[in-house]
Amino acid sequence: MNTLSFRTKQMPEPKLIFDRSSAGRVGCNLPKADTPEVDLAAVLGEVREELNLPEVGELELLRHFTNLSHINFGIETGFYPLGSCTMKYNPKINEKTAGLPGFANLHPMQPVETIPGALDVLIGVQDMLCAITGFDEITLQPLAGAHGEMTCLMLIKAYYEARGEGQKRHIVLVPDSAHGTNPASAARCGYDVRPIPTNAEGNTDLEALEKALDDSVAALMLTNPSTLGLFEPNIEKICAMVHAAGGQVFCDGANMNAMVGTTRPGDHGFDCMHLNLHKTFSTPHGGGGPGCGAIGLMKHLEPYLPVPVIRRSEMKVIADYDRPKTIGRVSAFYGQFLMEVRAYTYLRAYGKEKMADISRYAVLNANYVRARLKDVLPPAHDRPCMHECILTAEKYKKENGVRALDISKRLIDYGFHPPTNYFPLIVPECFMIEPTETETKETLDEFCDALIQICHEAVENPDLLHDAPSTQIVGRLDETAAVKNLDVRWWPKS
Amino acid sequence: MPYIPHTDSDRREMLATIGAQSIDELFREIPEKLRVAPGSLDLPPALDEPRLMAHLWELSKKNVNLADVTCFLGAGVYDRYIPATVGAVISRGEFLTSYTPYQPEASQGYLQAIYEFQTMISEIYGMDLSNASMYDGATSMAEAAIMATGIKHRDKVAVSEAVHPHYRQVLDTYCWSMGIEVITLPAVATGVTDLSAAADAACIILQYPNFFGTIEDLAAQRAACDSSEALMIVVADPVACALLKPPGAFGADIVVGEGQSLGVAMGLGGPMVGLFTCKKSLIRQIPGRIVGKTKEAHGEKPGYVMTLRTREQDIRREKATSNICTNEALMALAATVHMIALGKNGMREVATASVRNTQYAIQQLTAAGAKLHYSGRVFGEFVLELPKDPTVVRDALLEKGILCGLPLGSYYDELKNCLLVAVTELRTKDQIETYASALKEVLA
Ligand SMILES: Cc1ncc(COP(=O)(O)O)c(C=O)c1O
Repeated sequence: MNTLSFRTKQMPEPKLIFDRSSAGRVGCNLPKADTPEVDLAAVLGEVREELNLPEVGELELLRHFTNLSHINFGIETGFYPLGSCTMKYNPKINEKTAGLPGFANLHPMQPVETIPGALDVLIGVQDMLCAITGFDEITLQPLAGAHGEMTCLMLIKAYYEARGEGQKRHIVLVPDSAHGTNPASAARCGYDVRPIPTNAEGNTDLEALEKALDDSVAALMLTNPSTLGLFEPNIEKICAMVHAAGGQVFCDGANMNAMVGTTRPGDHGFDCMHLNLHKTFSTPHGGGGPGCGAIGLMKHLEPYLPVPVIRRSEMKVIADYDRPKTIGRVSAFYGQFLMEVRAYTYLRAYGKEKMADISRYAVLNANYVRARLKDVLPPAHDRPCMHECILTAEKYKKENGVRALDISKRLIDYGFHPPTNYFPLIVPECFMIEPTETETKETLDEFCDALIQICHEAVENPDLLHDAPSTQIVGRLDETAAVKNLDVRWWPKS
Repeated sequence: MPYIPHTDSDRREMLATIGAQSIDELFREIPEKLRVAPGSLDLPPALDEPRLMAHLWELSKKNVNLADVTCFLGAGVYDRYIPATVGAVISRGEFLTSYTPYQPEASQGYLQAIYEFQTMISEIYGMDLSNASMYDGATSMAEAAIMATGIKHRDKVAVSEAVHPHYRQVLDTYCWSMGIEVITLPAVATGVTDLSAAADAACIILQYPNFFGTIEDLAAQRAACDSSEALMIVVADPVACALLKPPGAFGADIVVGEGQSLGVAMGLGGPMVGLFTCKKSLIRQIPGRIVGKTKEAHGEKPGYVMTLRTREQDIRREKATSNICTNEALMALAATVHMIALGKNGMREVATASVRNTQYAIQQLTAAGAKLHYSGRVFGEFVLELPKDPTVVRDALLEKGILCGLPLGSYYDELKNCLLVAVTELRTKDQIETYASALKEVLA
């Protein structure tokens, strides 16, 4: 059995850094000012007295975080099949290029004439994403996926306002399988959200859609492939239906990894789409961020793009602010620039020849896992999956009192990060497994063997699962108690 | 392709297990005419690793790297020293390549670090609590304003014109899409904000120090908020707050800010990290993730989890407090390491050095022929009035290797003769004197 990390249950839990503090220590050799001293109170008015930050030396600081890293699971620790998140390998060269001083030491307000190389990177990413998605335009201003969703809906809103339909079209349709950010982003743009059901085959319920469509609908937000890991076979028809009712179709592109180089959402009939470069294009997830959003859109939405618009003008690349119909700014500067450098590096490594391998092997790996597990964890739908497979553990809940969450926690004991659980909400006791293209057959086999073994344990010894994980620094944590006795910061002992 | 490890025999065996003849067959649910042939997209050719590195190196060299010039440009992003430990920690694969800690038992390292982050950010701002981060300072401020409209059931927000113009532009965009009105409060001759026009807004937003570097009167803001029953929102620089009386001590309801100064590379302004803190009574309305301490369900060991999750989009959907999902965890980790490395004394030392350098620069640059535009107290940044077009001055000084500041004409019509100058702890007496003598030459 793999052990997850260097630190295990037998070792004491790490102290908080505040409990390692000792007055007078400092963890950095700081620059000393050589300008004349000043009377701070005279210059600033009032000066604060207390600043209760820890005082530790450099080595203690490093040991603290090295020890914390040993109780944290990353892709480089082991297999991380967290569905919808595309936890693929983050190539090391991307870290190296993003760290180049000519990228890292740029100020967002330095004259734009002094950053031609940065603009080349941005337009390079835009061009390649246009080719991959089939959209007319790309902007890299959004800072994460949800921010991209919101930006797309703002473009749609501006488009309808310009046509005098802003008031009338106040509804956004969101399938019941959609990620929570979809309805939340719609609400963030002042829209009323209406759910659209999914049918038994896992496709959009066309009858329900037809009924919901009228001239109050601004947009349909569709995830394709859906969060069920299935390609929507009626996609062209759906887009045509929404367009016939005068609405727009947004594509949630969190699942772009299934399509790179194989099929282009711009050709499906979508008007706009968001991408998560931190998923599909391998910028590291960083423990929950930074994300890196990008959106693609068709010509009719282009006048409303957020500023700055990075585009070609004559022989140069410019940052264009002279955009009378723009929705304005959605973020402070140029988006997540150093993440764009990583994405650019990644895209250039694959290039024209190999780009399609991303989706081809992602889909191969997901179907392989699906096939290997089908006897113990049946797929929610009897169809080939795309880049992720959705399986259900309902049977173990009914027969053995074991929930999907218990199986997931047990997987940790076997050295794997669990898949996504309980999303999409419409599949009971659901596992969403997204292996990604960067995993070997051997790793997938080890993972499937472990899950099969755990499913046997679920029948023979369910308590093993209820008590899992047992190999980590802590056992299962009480999340209800965390809400009841809220403790969200340390306080000095008085 | 080294990132995809499959051998021919792997592929054959896997297809056999699946029961498919080819990979193409797995895509059969995609209508034929929507598929493109592999290798047919209009993309540049693949580059091997050495060529890739050389290509990016060439692109990076086309930019003016600020390590090669002396930087007096600030305006919300600052050239501050980043301890070597920061890079060492955030490049560890366990942190860098993990994701949102949905499985807390396997993510205790990150969760504890974020708990430490929340503690230190709250302490610096003098507030009860902090969330686990937002995208950037600008979106953090917009989220705070929207939160205030929900709490106060008012559809108007008031913001000082001395708040960073880009932040206000982001606020305008967010508010437009939600049908919220934004009123702008003017700045007076000292460089602080006139609060008299803020009536019946859900909140009053000031920056501290403001965009012009001036230290706003937060006591007056608190009084104005009390009389109009508005929430007091402050956009605060965490470095300045190491010395200034923190906004929390004035009774601020929500304090937000940009954390880039705490160990995050300038990187053309991204990624950075939005800070978001508030009073305890508002915790159920705040956007984003929060880490809380708890203990084992069947044991006594303490541990950390994401908490108050029912505010968030994956559970509450359209009724969530915000649509944010992925945040800026890695940059929050950088800030955590940075704050610990500097510690109590280092944070104050950095802030003090900035004040000293700033005062010396004011003295030197005004002696060189520029005038101080505002009379109020400043922390680490100030507005200079020049007898010559600031854009021309900037370009001339850049030729001499000095990035002298930000010409303000494109943001404020009445400040077209003005330059915003920032002086961090990294600037030296020599550099300041060189700037002053170069300015004198250019103005002559
Ligand atoms: C299907 C789907 N849509 C949207 C998002 C939101 O993306 P982000 O977390 O980058 O905001 C996610 C990921 O979290 C997702 O899985």
